[in-house]
Amino acid sequence: MKYLHLVLANLGRHKRRTLLTIASVALALFLFASLRTVVTTLAAAAQFGSARRLVSTNATGIVFPLPLSYANKLQATPGVEAVSWANWFGGRYGDNKRFFAQFAVDPASYLEMYPEISLPEDQKQAFIRERSSAIIGRRLVDIFGWKLGQDVTIQGTIYPGDWTFTIRGIYTPTDAVINDDMMLFQHEYLEERTGRPGQAGWYVLRIDDGDQSASIAKGIDDQFRNSNAATKTGTEQAFNASFATMWGNVSLLMGTIGMAVVFAILLVTANAMMMSARERTREVAVLKTIGFTDRTLFGLVMVEAGLIAGIGAVLGLGGAKLLYKSTNFNAGGFLPGFDVTTSTLLIGAGVTLLLMLASGLVPAVRAARLPVVQALRRVE
Amino acid sequence: MPLVEIRAVDKAFQRDSERVEIFTRLNLDIEEGSFTALMGPSGSGKSTLLNLVAGLDRPTSGSVRVAGAEVSAMSPNQLAPWRARHIGFVFQQLNLLPVLTAWQNVELPLLLTSLSRRERDERIRLALGVVGLEDRMKHFPRQLSGGQEQRVAIARAIVADPTLVLLDEPTGQLDAKSSQDVLALLSRLNDEFKKTIIMVTHDAHAAASARTVLHLEKGQLIERQGAMA
Repeated sequence: MKYLHLVLANLGRHKRRTLLTIASVALALFLFASLRTVVTTLAAAAQFGSARRLVSTNATGIVFPLPLSYANKLQATPGVEAVSWANWFGGRYGDNKRFFAQFAVDPASYLEMYPEISLPEDQKQAFIRERSSAIIGRRLVDIFGWKLGQDVTIQGTIYPGDWTFTIRGIYTPTDAVINDDMMLFQHEYLEERTGRPGQAGWYVLRIDDGDQSASIAKGIDDQFRNSNAATKTGTEQAFNASFATMWGNVSLLMGTIGMAVVFAILLVTANAMMMSARERTREVAVLKTIGFTDRTLFGLVMVEAGLIAGIGAVLGLGGAKLLYKSTNFNAGGFLPGFDVTTSTLLIGAGVTLLLMLASGLVPAVRAARLPVVQALRRVE
Repeated sequence: MPLVEIRAVDKAFQRDSERVEIFTRLNLDIEEGSFTALMGPSGSGKSTLLNLVAGLDRPTSGSVRVAGAEVSAMSPNQLAPWRARHIGFVFQQLNLLPVLTAWQNVELPLLLTSLSRRERDERIRLALGVVGLEDRMKHFPRQLSGGQEQRVAIARAIVADPTLVLLDEPTGQLDAKSSQDVLALLSRLNDEFKKTIIMVTHDAHAAASARTVLHLEKGQLIERQGAMA
């Protein structure tokens, strides 16, 4: 502790350079935390899903619908406990600056299928009762200031025209991976307005035994194999993972960019530290003349590097954690549950340690090994 | 028994392919409580001799003993704490760490001791008092004149009460008035505080402050004044 003022004085020698170095470390670790959180959020989304939920889509592709008449057949399939269905709506609100997803669902069965979508019972019943009603995630209340009972008009894109819904419920997801900025409205209202009844985008099924998911899925697909609309059934987790794999290369890119940024900043920081050490060759020689040992000088330089890396890490990693938490960031609904995880913070701490070693070791060893006489002669 | 005993010291440097002999079989004794000026032309080895005594450099052969310790045989790990205890060193210029105040610069040798904060403060106040800079304690080197900087460096050299004070051209960069102040201070340290001082200088006027003047030329002590071996 008695050397602390010496370390702080050295850090204050070129205040602007020290601040810029700390800022570059903070920025590097902020970016690292952010990019890694994209990857972990996508991975979490890919793993989300109950083992007891299956999803059936059109085998040709998810953009092709399935007949609604399959619902009864699916319900009658051995092992299937419950069936629900949904359609992607793809509307726009206002100037469309803030995207959010809308789904046409069968209210009663869908909310029963997804207990993670939590809302008060009276709001749930109002949603089930009223044809043009909708429920929204809590985030949409924060973004748009919508209230219960308010009419909201969405411009349809796949289903053209203005679609006005009355907000009857506000849900809160009990699982962070479920979007809290969706709008759900009645599937029957979609059928009624479009005049094209009897089509579901996909089915969601609850089965009685998660261990039998593969055989039940095969049984369902076999059942419709020779029909006009063959099905492709899999676990909900596999369904979500198929979306996540679309981001596969993005995840790789994010990880690669993250490490490249950290490495680039590492070089900048190491260079700044070494420059700082070179400028002090004479002073190190003076300290050695006074009697400072090689070990003490090594320690002083390492503590200096540690302080720069440590303060940068607290600002960068802590800043990312607090910023995303406080703003409830979810990348416009694309990354629900976006939160810097403990593992990311721990890896960030490890990166900080490496940064400290990489930027501090060379100047610290140079200071420790500096031959006093040559150093004094060189400077004089 | 002399405080400094230099026996049969050879010192040579390798400059490219050329071997440059600085000393050949050099012998020298410095008595405790003496004030010795070491004179000679550039390249005669004055600073090298000072570095050998401080343990900053090693002789090619021969022995350097200071206060009974064989300095030339010590490892770097032994030399650092030994220097902290026994040597106070003042250079011609750039002695002080620019980021530290006069007070903090003087405190540096005391950080290597086990003295308490209070004891350190007392010693620093005393040392800065001896060099007459009590009113410049909080000043940074850039806020001091050249003469004041050298006096702070001298305060730092004596603050831990070392066995030996070594000065390498301490007045080389100073004006006449500042030089006079520094030399008067050194004489006082020797007279009043009985400090043993070895000072390298080009300046005959500065050397006149010392009790003993040695001339080094071509690696040999060719002229002697006062008591020596």
